[in-house]
Amino acid sequence: MPIIEITFYLFAAVLVGAAVMVISVRNPVYAALFLVLTFFSAAALWLLLEVEFLAIVLVLVYVGAVMVLFLFVVMMLDINLAPLKEGFIRYLPAAITVAVVMAVELMMVLWVRGKFGSEAFESPVPHPPDYNNTKEVGEWLYTQYMLPFEVAGIILLVAIIAAVALTLRRRPEAKRQDPARQVQVKRDDRIRMVKMKSETKVEE
Amino acid sequence: MNGSLLDSVNIGNWMLIAPELWVLTMTCVILFVDLYIKEERRGIIHLLGMITLIFAAIITLRGGYLEEGATQAFAFNDTFVRDRMGDVLKAFSYLVLAGVYTYAKFYMRQFSLFRSDFYTLSLEALLGIMLLISANNLVMVYLGLELLALASYALVAFDRGSQRASEAAMKYFVLGSMASGILLYGMSMIYGATGSLDLAEISTAAAAAGSGDIILLFGMVFLVVGIAFKLGVVPFHMWIPDVYHGAPAAVTLFIAAVPKMAAFAMAYRLLQSGLGGLHVDWMQMLAVLAVLSIMAGNLAAIAQTNIKRMLAYSTISHMGFVLLGMLPGTATGFGAAMYYVIVYSLMSAAAFGMVILLSHHGVEAEKLDDFKGLNRRNPWYAAIMAMVMFSMAGVPIFVGFFAKWLVIKAALDAGLMWLALLAVIFSVVGAFYYLRVVKLMYFDEPLAESSIEAPVDFRAAISINGILMIGLGIFSSALISVCMSSFT
Repeated sequence: MPIIEITFYLFAAVLVGAAVMVISVRNPVYAALFLVLTFFSAAALWLLLEVEFLAIVLVLVYVGAVMVLFLFVVMMLDINLAPLKEGFIRYLPAAITVAVVMAVELMMVLWVRGKFGSEAFESPVPHPPDYNNTKEVGEWLYTQYMLPFEVAGIILLVAIIAAVALTLRRRPEAKRQDPARQVQVKRDDRIRMVKMKSETKVEE
Repeated sequence: MNGSLLDSVNIGNWMLIAPELWVLTMTCVILFVDLYIKEERRGIIHLLGMITLIFAAIITLRGGYLEEGATQAFAFNDTFVRDRMGDVLKAFSYLVLAGVYTYAKFYMRQFSLFRSDFYTLSLEALLGIMLLISANNLVMVYLGLELLALASYALVAFDRGSQRASEAAMKYFVLGSMASGILLYGMSMIYGATGSLDLAEISTAAAAAGSGDIILLFGMVFLVVGIAFKLGVVPFHMWIPDVYHGAPAAVTLFIAAVPKMAAFAMAYRLLQSGLGGLHVDWMQMLAVLAVLSIMAGNLAAIAQTNIKRMLAYSTISHMGFVLLGMLPGTATGFGAAMYYVIVYSLMSAAAFGMVILLSHHGVEAEKLDDFKGLNRRNPWYAAIMAMVMFSMAGVPIFVGFFAKWLVIKAALDAGLMWLALLAVIFSVVGAFYYLRVVKLMYFDEPLAESSIEAPVDFRAAISINGILMIGLGIFSSALISVCMSSFT
C-alpha cells in the first residue's frame, strides 16, 4: 500500500474517531478538545490534496481562534450536560438500528455495483513545484467565484444581525457608566461648599 | 472556465443582479435608519420595507435583459442566471412578502415585538430566496439556501421571551443544518462524478453518464433528501408542525408562505437543469415522497385541534402535490408545479393572516375553537376564511382547484394513473378538515362576542387576499399561461 493511502486512512480514522468522541464524551471541555483534533486531521487530509493554504487557514482560524473562544465559553459557563443527555440512552437503540440498517444498505449498493473506490478514478496529477496554492485560491475567489464570495460576506452580516437581535436586551435597572457625563462633570456637581460656623469658641 | 477579473466587474453583470443589489442596499439602509429613529416612529421602517419590495418588483419586471432569441441570461461566469421562471417567482415573493409585512405589523404591535430586526432579517431571507431562485452553480445554490435558512432560524427565535419559540428555533436549526450537510455531501459527490459545479456542465456530464454512474446516483439521492427536507415532505417533515406551532404567528406566516417558492426553484434547478439526465431515477424517489406526503399530511391534519399545526400538516400535503407536478419532468409538469406553489403561497398567507387577525390581548388565536361562530362576529372575515378553506380543499371555481387539477393532469399525461387516483382520494379526505373550519365558523356558537378590530391596511390586504382566492379562480388562465410559458 503506497504511503499516500496509509496517510489518508490513518488521518481519516482519527478524524471519524475524534468526531464520535465529540458527541459522546461527558465533559464539554474534552468535547471541545476532540473537535480540535478533528480539525487537525481534516487539515492533514487537505494537505494530501496539495491545498496547503486552506489547510493552514483551517488550523489558524478554527483551531487557533474559534475553538479557543469555544473553550473559554465552555469553561466560563457551568453547563450541566446531564439533563441534556437524558434522552440519549433512551433513543440509542432505535438510533443504532437505523444507522446500522442505513450503513449496511449503503455498503451493499457499493459492493454489488462496485466502482466507488479510488480505482474507479484516475488519481490527480501532482502540481508542478512552482505551483502556488494561495495565489490560485485568490484568483478563483475574485474571478470565477466572485458572486459566491460576496454572498458569503452577506451571510456573515446576517449572523451579526441575528446575534444582536437575539441577545441584545436593554436593562433599565442595570447601573452603568456614561463616559460623556463623567468627563463633563464639574466640581460644582459633586462638591457643595458649606460655610459653617464653628460650634465652640476656640480657647486661646 | 477560469474567468478573468474584468469579466466579473463587467457592467452587464451588475444590471442582471440589480434586484438583488437593491434589496441588499435597502436592508443596510433600514439597519442604519433604525439607529436614528425613536421607538414610536417605527412605522418608517415598515414603510421602507414596503418601498423596497415595490421597487424590487419594478426592477425585476422591467425585463429587457435577454438577447434576441435567448431564454436565459447569465452573469458572473455563469454562477447566476436570469430567466422568466425566476422573475415570476421573485415577483410573487415580493407580493407575498408585502402581504406578510402588512399582517405582521399588526401582530407585532399587539405583542410588543415591533422591532426593525424583523424587517432586516426577512429582507435578508428574501435575498437568499432570490439568489436561490437564480442560482446556476452548486456553490450558489448552497449559499443562497444558507442565507435563507440562517435568517429563518433567527426569525423563529425572534420572540426571545417565549420558551416555545426558542425550542422551535433549536429544532429548526439542528434539523435544518443536518439537511444542509446532507445536501452538501450530495453536491460534493456530484462534483466528484462530473468534475464541475456548473449546472449546465453537470447536465452534459450526467446525460452522458446516465444511470450507470453509481457516484452520480449517490449524489443525486443525497440532493433529493436535502430538497425534501427544505420542502418539508414526508419522511423529512418532522420539523414543520413544531416550527409552525412554536414560532410567533407573524414568522410562521413568513416561513410558510415565501420560502416554498425558492424551494421549488431549487428543486427545478438541481433536478431538471442539473440532473435532467437522471430523470428516471429521481422520478421514482419523488413519487414515493409525493405519495407519502399527500397521505400522511392529510391524515395527520384531521387529528389537530390547533390551527397552526393543522395548517402545517396541510402544507406537507400541498408540497406532495407540488412534487406530483414535478414528477413527469415535462414543461407542462413544471409549469403546473410552479402554479401550485404560487397559489399555495397566496392561500397560506391568507390563512395565517386570519390567525393573526383573530389574535387579541396578547393571545394567539391558534385553537380551532377560536374560529367558532366567526360569521356571527364578522360575516366578511368569515367569508374570506371560507374562501381560503374552499380553495385549499380544491373546490371548483376557487383557485386551489385549478392548481390541483393541473398537477393531477400532468401526472395523468405522464401515465401515472395510480398516483393521480391516490391524490384525488386524499384531497377528498383532506376536504374534511378544511370544511370543518367552515362548519365551526357558520354553525357554532361564538366563544367571544367581542368585535374584531384591525387597521385599515390590514383589512384591505386580507380582503384582497381573500378575493384573489376566487378572482384567480375565475380568471385562472392568465396566471396559468404565465407559469406554463416559463418552461419552454
